[in-house]
Amino acid sequence: MSIVDSLRIALTALRANMLRSILTTLGIIIGVGSVIVMVAVGSGARSEVDRQIASLGSNMLVVFPGASRVGGRSGGAGSRLPLSERDMQAIREKTTGVVAVSGMLQGSGPVVRGNMNWSTNFVGVHDQYNVVRDWPVINGREFTPNETRTAARVALLGTTVVEKLFGTSEPVGQTIRVKNVPFQVVGVLESKGQNSFGRDQDDVVMLPMSAARGRIVGRSQVINDSVGTIYVKFAPDVSLTEAQEQMESLLRQRRRIKAGSEDDFNVRNLSEFLRARASALTTMGWLLGATSAISLIVGGIGIMNIMLVSVTERTREIGLRMAVGGRRRDILLQFLVEAVALCMLGGVIGVIIGVSAAAVVAMSAQWPILIAPDAILMALAAAALTGIVFGFFPARRAAHLNPIDALRSE
Amino acid sequence: MDIPVEHREATTGERGSPTLIEARRISKVYSVGEQTVRALDDVSLTIALGEFVAIMGPSGSGKSTMMNLIGALDVPSTGTMELDRRNIAEMSSDALANLRNRTIGFVFQQFNLLPRTTALRQVMLPLMYAIPKPHDAEERARRCLQQVGLADRMDHYPRQLSGGQQQRVAIARALVNSPKLLLADEPTGALDSKTSEEIMALFCQLNAEGITVVVVTHEHDVAEYAKRRVQFRDGNIVEDLQQPGYLGRAAE
Repeated sequence: MSIVDSLRIALTALRANMLRSILTTLGIIIGVGSVIVMVAVGSGARSEVDRQIASLGSNMLVVFPGASRVGGRSGGAGSRLPLSERDMQAIREKTTGVVAVSGMLQGSGPVVRGNMNWSTNFVGVHDQYNVVRDWPVINGREFTPNETRTAARVALLGTTVVEKLFGTSEPVGQTIRVKNVPFQVVGVLESKGQNSFGRDQDDVVMLPMSAARGRIVGRSQVINDSVGTIYVKFAPDVSLTEAQEQMESLLRQRRRIKAGSEDDFNVRNLSEFLRARASALTTMGWLLGATSAISLIVGGIGIMNIMLVSVTERTREIGLRMAVGGRRRDILLQFLVEAVALCMLGGVIGVIIGVSAAAVVAMSAQWPILIAPDAILMALAAAALTGIVFGFFPARRAAHLNPIDALRSE
Repeated sequence: MDIPVEHREATTGERGSPTLIEARRISKVYSVGEQTVRALDDVSLTIALGEFVAIMGPSGSGKSTMMNLIGALDVPSTGTMELDRRNIAEMSSDALANLRNRTIGFVFQQFNLLPRTTALRQVMLPLMYAIPKPHDAEERARRCLQQVGLADRMDHYPRQLSGGQQQRVAIARALVNSPKLLLADEPTGALDSKTSEEIMALFCQLNAEGITVVVVTHEHDVAEYAKRRVQFRDGNIVEDLQQPGYLGRAAE
């Protein structure tokens, strides 16, 4: 008997017990569904982390002021000697492979345009900040080196601020007021979306470092020529590990830190930090994978159980098939096909549920929905394999029935 | 697949036709727990092509065991059982399935139709297991249903058919692969007397067209239709008679 004929018989049998068939496949549905969700969440999370790394700026190190020690009585970042323009200058000149360097001072407060008012974040930056962070200006221009040096009253706006203050009208060339000081808008920044902590990176007003230092962040917090945090971008072929060591020894030397005592600054590779978070997500994915493997096994046992019931119920039919010329392999194939068809039914339902669940997760996490066709194929293959493995024993039992006893059974 | 046939001179039955079934001194012993039951005890029986034989006997007489052996569903404990000149004890399970498929058409007391399957597909079933699968399976099934008088019931399901119609479907299914032997086990056991007569008349008609018919029954009325009557008791044949006055004559 051909596979097609066997499949026709299997579908007739499954249709006859529709409710039972669907209930039986529940384990398979859950197993396949969680495989789909696992793969979709895993790849969605990975692509989100890649996007965040890209939004940080590629091949970049960040120098924070303050001790790296977490516990004990270490002061907070910036509590000791801040990082200065001269530190930044030294890094630019004495570290190999530096492409661009910029400091970044942070503050917050209201920004006003006419009668419009919006509370936002201010950052004071050097002219190369856009290069370091891979954060281009999409409308207007970047700061010039001269503007950074002379505390020029110019500003770059993030898209959120533009939307709040200007709506749809053209912001470039307009004037905004920051703490009563007028600044001219010279450019609009490309939208970067949320950062890894869910903060809107586009809710920002960028000012030249010198202008920000004096006017915005407040003199009391700013000792002499502090630049806040230093962002350093390296050429793509530079090893960040080596660059980090070089920068650390340079800063220790400049800041006269004795051998054995603690650094009063902290060099970090933020991409590594994000990758660590990605690997935590991967671990969660594996846990979900283990769950789906267990559901497939439990589901498979359910399939085996119902197939044994089916063989018992249809003993006479098996006897008849043998009497009219069905060979053992025909009977075996028929029940195996039925078990696989049952699992595939569960598999298809599982795929539908899994894809929907993955879409919901992706939407709520604001990830791209990534459902790879090979994940669906893999899940269906796992379901089919479950059918073969767990359908084999009942099918074998059917095939080895004695035709006389089978015909006589009630 | 085909088992090579041992070539020898064909033995013939009493009317000069080639032998279809030849049982030589066969016994069948079952063990039930500690005890052994001798269902058949040194029985010999020859049935030629074209015969219409009724195998009779009370329950426990060995007639059902004999039917299983004739149907190649079982093999004897001792002695040789030849069907269509092949010794079934020497055949593999696949070869036996093939023999049942080609040589024998089964008809059962309870019809044994598949639920949720149309009459047409019921009749096609043996052809599904035939090797090679015939390309004109559906056409042959239609012809057999016409032959048993169910031309207008091809797409009906078993529950839409009366008992007699269901048995006709079963007979069409038995005939579809053009077997040499129609083997019926109490074919009228589940039918009323009028329908029984119709079914037996159909058997007589089929026999007249050349097919060998063996009916296992305990009803004398049914046995009346056969040309030959074999009576079993306690695992032995106690009577083996030609019936010159058989009812089937009318169909010839």
